[in-house]
Amino acid sequence: MSNPKEAIKEKSMVIQKEMLANLFTELSNAKENGKKVVYTFVPGNLTELILAMDMLPVYPEINALQSGMRKKSGSYIKDAEKMGFSEDVCTYVKCDIGMMLNGNIGPTGEKLPEPDLLLLSYTGCFTFLKWFENLERLYPGVEIAMLHTPYQEDGVITEEQITYMVKQLKEDVIPKMEKVAGKKLDYDRLGKMLDNAAKAEDLWVKVLDTAKNRPSPIDSYFAGVYYMGPLNTAFRGTEEAVSYYEELLKEVTDRMNLGLCPVTPEGEMKEEKFRLVVEGPPNWTNFREFWKIFYDMGAVIVASTYTKVGGLYDQGFRHESGKPLESLAKYCMGCYTNLNLPQRVDLIEHYIKEFKADGFLINSIKSCNSFSAGQLLMMREVEQRCGIPVGFIESDLVDPRYFSYANIKNRLESYFQMLGQRKTILEQEEVNA
Amino acid sequence: MMKQAPERLTALLDECKTLAFDLNFTYAKQWKSKSKYRLLVGYLPIYVPREIIHAANGMPVGIIGVGDRKQIIKGDAYYQSYICHLPRGIIEMVLDTNLDTFDGFLFPSICDCVRNLSGMFKLAKKGKFSRYFDYPQNFEKHIGGTFYRELIETVIHDMFLINDMKITTQHLNDAIVLYNRNRELIEMIYNIRQEFPWRLSAVDTYHIIRAGMVINVEKHNEMLEEIVALIDNDFGEPMDNIRVVISGSFCEQPPIGMIKSIEMAGCYIVDDDFMLGSRWINGGINNTTQDPLNELVNSFLTQSAPSSAIYDVGNPKSARLVSQVRSRKADGVIFCAASFCDPALLDRPDLQKGCDDAGIAHINFQFHENTGQFKVIKEQAGTFSDSIKLWV
Repeated sequence: MSNPKEAIKEKSMVIQKEMLANLFTELSNAKENGKKVVYTFVPGNLTELILAMDMLPVYPEINALQSGMRKKSGSYIKDAEKMGFSEDVCTYVKCDIGMMLNGNIGPTGEKLPEPDLLLLSYTGCFTFLKWFENLERLYPGVEIAMLHTPYQEDGVITEEQITYMVKQLKEDVIPKMEKVAGKKLDYDRLGKMLDNAAKAEDLWVKVLDTAKNRPSPIDSYFAGVYYMGPLNTAFRGTEEAVSYYEELLKEVTDRMNLGLCPVTPEGEMKEEKFRLVVEGPPNWTNFREFWKIFYDMGAVIVASTYTKVGGLYDQGFRHESGKPLESLAKYCMGCYTNLNLPQRVDLIEHYIKEFKADGFLINSIKSCNSFSAGQLLMMREVEQRCGIPVGFIESDLVDPRYFSYANIKNRLESYFQMLGQRKTILEQEEVNA
Repeated sequence: MMKQAPERLTALLDECKTLAFDLNFTYAKQWKSKSKYRLLVGYLPIYVPREIIHAANGMPVGIIGVGDRKQIIKGDAYYQSYICHLPRGIIEMVLDTNLDTFDGFLFPSICDCVRNLSGMFKLAKKGKFSRYFDYPQNFEKHIGGTFYRELIETVIHDMFLINDMKITTQHLNDAIVLYNRNRELIEMIYNIRQEFPWRLSAVDTYHIIRAGMVINVEKHNEMLEEIVALIDNDFGEPMDNIRVVISGSFCEQPPIGMIKSIEMAGCYIVDDDFMLGSRWINGGINNTTQDPLNELVNSFLTQSAPSSAIYDVGNPKSARLVSQVRSRKADGVIFCAASFCDPALLDRPDLQKGCDDAGIAHINFQFHENTGQFKVIKEQAGTFSDSIKLWV
């Protein structure tokens, strides 16, 4: 395995990098500037509420994945295990706690401020609850607000569930946020942010839709995780995010009009051989090597479920300023991991058909039961319904001990061979017909 | 001379042992076969308000895994190696048609594995209903309470659609009486064992409680009444054992051999969280009101046992564990969680810290429900027992 070269970056990536750098600088100066800091999660995040009260969000999952990409997660995880966390449990949690034990140095090398509020928007992952229970003890005296997001167990969002969430927001979560922020929530300001969010969401969906083109100008998984960043984290609801997605859409549309394939860290892909739908998060510790296996084989991910953990905008959801709290409630309940298994299978089937995929692949993550439990049955269902080759690989989020490059490469190569043979047979059949 | 256990107790314990691990649920199926209006509703760990099922002319049946009593072949094909063992056994039972007579299934909110198993049941179209029982994590009566009541009403409606039986206030109050008594009798057993743990082994206690999950509550109460009366008499002989509380086995259950090994290693298990659902509500529920559903809701909000499935900020489990150890006069805690059990294992560091701060000794094991080797566990538990006896 050769050392990766310096990644080639598009303009939108440079913009995003600047946005993030500014955020982390702001975070490192937060205490001096009297800014309150809120730790919260990506799925079901309430970024507009946080920003509307002039607080700064920190996303421990993002810190963990950044630590994974920067090869720091291994030692953080071991430190958390020394503290008593089992090898078996979520490595995001352990990485985050390990990072905290090592001075809470963020991805830019600056120290992250301690939280003034832990905002537990408990959406689609039971471990979130345990994670923040632990943080609450590690930051004694910190304010904590819990928003219980009911699971879409029946495949629908009910009025009762919305009422339950709105009541929690009104009577518990927002008052706690106001107490920490030292100011009342300005609903006009929140409304403007939700309008901005909807604009960015429209643009994001247009970006995702370009993958229906052949060749796809984007990789909806490996590049998708970068593209979704501003919308899923600290920038949703801001003008900056809208500008970012305008630029991104322009770039992607230009590429599409020129009939170009996606840009990879090593430049532009020359040929799209296979179109795949992928389920599950990527591995972060070896992200570039992992991606390279795909682009070296001409495989493009045209749709992925992971890029929907922060919201299913492509299925029509938009934040609305008219009924802000109801809208936030629906947003939380609509995130991908809050869907039940039949809904997840339906969505994957829809992607395979809509994006004309040649294959379906699951990257099953050891750490993430919310995604992983049940995936083997989902795979069978998808195979049965769509009649396309399915593949299954295993890795982890940020624990380098669970990424076996040779094993994954071997499996993927076999899978691509299978896809190639099938393609040849289908082409032959077409000629014969 | 040491007094022997009464013969009647031995017979009852044998019956419980057979019932507890009848993975064909023969008793429950026979019970159902006596009327077309009777329902069987299976539930997974940890807690569901069984009263509502009883009131709807149903029998709640605990589905808490296959232990080491069933070889898992097909179930393994549905799960990756890093998922806990419990759902594999349940899928194996589904595929072997053990659960075919069941009308419905409830999957309490406890972790993502159980949550997603509810979806697998939906995909496989098992039962006339299968429902993720998403109990509230907000404990304000008008917020979480209202939501919980709606959840219970949905399940009541599910059952009504099957047998057309409308639950009355009287039905529900009667069921509350029965389950109040059930929990009271179980508590009596634990209280007697606290004073005289040699009268009833932890394994026997386990069989007694587990049997209650697969038979009707009336029959279980009859058995419990007899058992309580029998163990209230003096027999057996105390051993030089330490007294421990087991924590972390509330979902996937440890194999019987493991419980036995811990006791044989010199540890009386004076409290545990095995089958916590049967002991979930602390104290009785009011059975005299015109709104018994409201009483069930309130009992969940205010009388729930400490559990890894419940958001505990403001009422931390570590403090509650320490208080349990003190009230049971235990010498230490054995943290005994199933491998890959996120709720138990993510709670463990804080619980251990709580014990450290309170000066309570502890050790920890991990297990699968079908773990077959107990030598290391026995040695560890033995060393733990010896260290406490020698040094504490």
